[in-house]
Amino acid sequence: MAASEEYPEGLRYHREHDWARVEGDEATLGITWFAQDALGELVHFEAPAEGGSTTLGTSYGEVESVKAVSDVIAPLSGEILEVNQKVVDAPETVNEDPYGEGWLVRIRMSDPAEADTLLDADAYKAFLAEQ
Amino acid sequence: MQTLLQTPLHERHVAAGARMVPFAGWEMPVQYEGVIPEHRAVRTDAGVFDVSHMGELHVEGPSAHALLQSLLSNDLDKVGDGEAQYTLLTNERGGIVDDLIAYRITPHHYLLVVNAGNREAAYAWVKEREIRGSEVRDASEDYALLAVQGPRSLERLGLPEAKPFTHAMGEVDGVEVMVNRTGYTGELGVELMCPAEDAVALWDAVVARGVVPAGLGARDTLRLEVCYPLHGNDITEDTDAISAGLGWTCALGKDFSGAEELRRIKEAGAERKLVAFVMEEKAVPRQGMPIAGGGEVTSGTHSPMLDKGIGMGYVPAASASPGTGLTIDVRGKERRATIVPKPIYKREEQ
Repeated sequence: MAASEEYPEGLRYHREHDWARVEGDEATLGITWFAQDALGELVHFEAPAEGGSTTLGTSYGEVESVKAVSDVIAPLSGEILEVNQKVVDAPETVNEDPYGEGWLVRIRMSDPAEADTLLDADAYKAFLAEQ
Repeated sequence: MQTLLQTPLHERHVAAGARMVPFAGWEMPVQYEGVIPEHRAVRTDAGVFDVSHMGELHVEGPSAHALLQSLLSNDLDKVGDGEAQYTLLTNERGGIVDDLIAYRITPHHYLLVVNAGNREAAYAWVKEREIRGSEVRDASEDYALLAVQGPRSLERLGLPEAKPFTHAMGEVDGVEVMVNRTGYTGELGVELMCPAEDAVALWDAVVARGVVPAGLGARDTLRLEVCYPLHGNDITEDTDAISAGLGWTCALGKDFSGAEELRRIKEAGAERKLVAFVMEEKAVPRQGMPIAGGGEVTSGTHSPMLDKGIGMGYVPAASASPGTGLTIDVRGKERRATIVPKPIYKREEQ
């Protein structure tokens, strides 16, 4: 079942509809409820290689539904420590739980100050309301 | 900005939470709950598609048969009253102006159901070639068309079994309809045609009988699993029926527009063929992706039944047999696929 719309407090949001959960010098990244709803049920996650890197504002992978494909934009720069294999094997996990089981990658941040450039939940919701 | 046309069921779609998208000049539901559950409903039970955007052309008069026999690729003599036929409108080069279903109402009256995007082209093509004693009329605005498809479709509608490619007048909960045993999903099913003003009553009756609303997204994945070509993707005015594997719709023994060229292609052998393929790696093929060795994907999607990428595309005839490996350029990455016999999906025998 698809999740219902929410934007948890405590996450940082990028305008390309990506979220980051920052913990120390590491961060977990994923796509927001809005992004997965716009795409529909995901059927493929073209994941980056572990050990590779992400760069703020650029694509690090692709998510694909039956009808459409979309780049996944990195909300933070860093080294990719882990790819969520569960999403590679069962991409619909992102639809079911976009902020939990449906995370995409875990990174070690190369510039933790970038997190300050991201939106908090209220600012992201306000941004969505303007769209 | 061009105004999109709406079917008589537009409000019903919006109320049901459909995501509406532009398609061939119409605002149409691409999905309600989701492409995959809607697809599965059609494969296992029954789904209903609003296909009122499709065009309906009446061809009438004592010369209607002669006119159509000279323009359509298939042999209209094989169609009796109450029967229908899948056929092509072909140009002089053997290219496909449209693929359609011709329904014989009487020997002097035929109904052509044409693609929404080709409605004007198909109408103009036939209209310009009218002969004395034949009259072509575009009646698309007068009708709504609902495709009810799936193994339980007839049972849910309370309609009797009927042979594929037949039609008869019938009734669903008091709404009079033309019941056509045709469809675009590979499943048992009917296409119900009614006056536009009865569309809402018919839709409500069908949905109340437990048939699941399904959108254009599922319509595309369903037709591609069973390798029904889509005009504009797999077949166009620049592709011929022989290369597209539609030689069976061409009565090459008769004279019709493009017949000579099609006979020549058949004699010489097509240079390329439309094949079906399944991805061997995780990837979703899409229209326009290059196939190594001089080919191109014309339709691609993710098959909900196989849980794999599937597609169709043209490849050189010399390497078009099932089992042949293909390499598809998926946004710069080489992904392996294998040519398979058509259809890609077939229900396992019980």
